[in-house]
Amino acid sequence: MEPHTIIARRIAKELSPGMLVNLGIGIPTRVANFLPAGMHVFFQSENGLIGTGSVPEEGMAHPTLTDAAGRPVMALPGASTFDSAMSFGLIRGGHLDLTVLGGLQVDQSGRLANWTIPKKMVPGMGGAMDLVSGAKRVIVAMQHAAKGASKIVKECTLPITSTRPVDLVVTELAVIAFRNGRATLLETGPGVSAAQVVAATEAELVVPADIPEMSL
Amino acid sequence: MQTISLDQSVRMIPDGASLMIGGFLGVGTPERIIDEIIRQNKRDLTVIANDTATLDKGIGKLVRAKLLRKAIVSHIGLNAETQRQMMAGELEVELVPQGTLIERIRAGGYGLGGVLTQTGIGTSVESGKQRVEVEGKPYLLEIALRADFALVQAFIADYLGNLGYALTARNFNPVIAMAAATVIVSADNIVPVGVISPDHVVTPAPIVDYLVANA
Repeated sequence: MEPHTIIARRIAKELSPGMLVNLGIGIPTRVANFLPAGMHVFFQSENGLIGTGSVPEEGMAHPTLTDAAGRPVMALPGASTFDSAMSFGLIRGGHLDLTVLGGLQVDQSGRLANWTIPKKMVPGMGGAMDLVSGAKRVIVAMQHAAKGASKIVKECTLPITSTRPVDLVVTELAVIAFRNGRATLLETGPGVSAAQVVAATEAELVVPADIPEMSL
Repeated sequence: MQTISLDQSVRMIPDGASLMIGGFLGVGTPERIIDEIIRQNKRDLTVIANDTATLDKGIGKLVRAKLLRKAIVSHIGLNAETQRQMMAGELEVELVPQGTLIERIRAGGYGLGGVLTQTGIGTSVESGKQRVEVEGKPYLLEIALRADFALVQAFIADYLGNLGYALTARNFNPVIAMAAATVIVSADNIVPVGVISPDHVVTPAPIVDYLVANA
């Protein structure tokens, strides 16, 4: 299975009916593809939509119905639209059950860096800082390493997105939770041993005795 | 409220003006006002908006025409030209978290000096800002924003200036309409008074100064 598919499939298991969820661009968007058939989740797009659906068929897009990446989407039955002040009130005000975002680095206390590489990539933080600071639960979806270097690090070298620690990081190799300021290995990826995860991770991991493999 | 031509609406905007512009990646941006600003070559503008869209859409066109002195926005990731001008020092860009930006504008329009938010605490966004503790929790003081003009895109406007919006084209529009000295509106549909039910008016008529006549 492709790394992105492993990650998206595993995170889909964290969703339950009726939740209000915001999915970021990239791997997080794919989480919606792996929900059990018939399960209803409210997906928010921060440009002002709850009930974000999939991409419409050719010729059926509407220029004023888009997701937070500006792409045409459909609105599911029961959808609602609102302005940006309410959209971020939902995010910061304790109404958003879960946000799933991409990551550049997560440090061993759970702090996320995902919005800039100074002098190289300066896209602006968009809604990322509000999402990480405000959502009830934060899950990071990212590959374990980039160019051979672990993205789960002792300390972020890139500017952080928030001081609020994320709850969970899901990579193709591991599910890692951040509890009491420490990174704890909860599950390993398909065919991956705990020792392999530890070897591939720069951060210090708490490794309990029996670690199950992800169920996908 | 007055109705005016597209040409007249942009003649009111002097060089150096600050503009709040509706839209999210160009969705809900008054494109024809943008095009007219470029045609009249208004310069040294400060734009306050969600983002700078893409190169050939919405605010992106103002960036490409080099009409901006400063942009206060949350995202420039889909416009390489904004990033280039920023890195080259040709354009001043203040990057603000999206939720903080919309609240600073809301505060400006609602008579508040600013807002307290936890967003940005302990990050580079905190630099130069005051921390305020409320009931044991730290917040950043983010000050209100106002502008000379708000350029609003509505889905529907009646002859008095009551406005409604469409789907995700609403975004910043009703919020900026409250926060500028002069509010200029472009609407997809202009209809007689009474067509919009009071419950469906999002921006009440007295907020609107000018409605640009449809061609």
